[in-house]
Amino acid sequence: MNPDRRQLLGWAAAAALAPGLRLIDLVQARSPEEAASVLQRWGLLIDVEKCSDCDACVGACRDENGWAGHGRPATDAQWIRKASLRDRGTGLVQTLPLMCQHCEHPPCVDVCPTGASFKRADGIVLVDKHICIGCRYCVMACPFGARSFVHEPVTGQKADVPRGKGTVESCTLCVHRVDRGERPACVEACNRDGGKAMLFGDLKDSSSEISLRLRREPSTPLRPDLALNPGVRYQRL
Amino acid sequence: MSLRIAAAVLVALLGGASLAGSAELAGGRVALPVVKIEKNGACVAPTAQMRRDHMKMLLHQRDRTMHEGVRTTRFSLKNCIECHASRETGSVLGKEGFCSSCHAYASVAIDCFECHSPMREARAQ
Repeated sequence: MNPDRRQLLGWAAAAALAPGLRLIDLVQARSPEEAASVLQRWGLLIDVEKCSDCDACVGACRDENGWAGHGRPATDAQWIRKASLRDRGTGLVQTLPLMCQHCEHPPCVDVCPTGASFKRADGIVLVDKHICIGCRYCVMACPFGARSFVHEPVTGQKADVPRGKGTVESCTLCVHRVDRGERPACVEACNRDGGKAMLFGDLKDSSSEISLRLRREPSTPLRPDLALNPGVRYQRL
Repeated sequence: MSLRIAAAVLVALLGGASLAGSAELAGGRVALPVVKIEKNGACVAPTAQMRRDHMKMLLHQRDRTMHEGVRTTRFSLKNCIECHASRETGSVLGKEGFCSSCHAYASVAIDCFECHSPMREARAQ
């Protein structure tokens, strides 16, 4: 074998191996100094048939993010809630967890006058409370009612989840956990105490469980008519 | 020449007055900052730099963490609190708190803890 041919085969082998190696890199947690990447998009797949009457996800979110209210439902913050849907024709009632859908084209980001509402490179939609002025345009713009305004002074916040009066907040997909390479608290709780209805993963990693299931099984976003391409999708709805 | 002497005398007098004034203040009318460093060892940068630039470091790190998800600990507020929170109260606020005592002395409002927890994490949970 002449040297040129050998080198060519080497390159071919490297090209064949490289995509596989990169996929392994992607499923591992980022190091702390590495920025969130557009090569990933975090998402949820929720099987509504497996979602029973429990609210393990809501409790876990409340504990993880410290948004327990004052017993005033009209003004208390709510990052995730159990919604009941009733089919008007058949009377079928289904319950599902409803939170920020982490849209690819988020209306909350479009309307924000200060740039506080933004989408991170990996698809997580967040509020930068340092620059949020509390105007609540995003609360009105969100078709899922996912955002809350903090009406009252907050004390005893979690170290990883700053919260303060006068700002808007919503599900962060537990971004502090995701950055550590963990799953969101709701998914953790659903798989431990609930109906194992929630699956978290990288939608852009074609070998992740969530991608495999989305490719194999039918699923739908909420309000597909709005073409927001949410990162949260539902099954058997 | 006499003008110069007069000016020198004036400066000396003023200097003396201000010295007397500060001595009087140190007597207890105005709280001086209590800078309690409870944990031995070096901070993330030399003290002079920390005193002058800590707010810039925090501001820079804040945007990197919030928008890019970079969570290095060197300039993170959480890391400051972990080291500097009082051993007694577990907080950087309060009368002798590491952050609040200096900020009260300098009369600079500190907004961080409107949202962030001032407690060391082990205590906060």
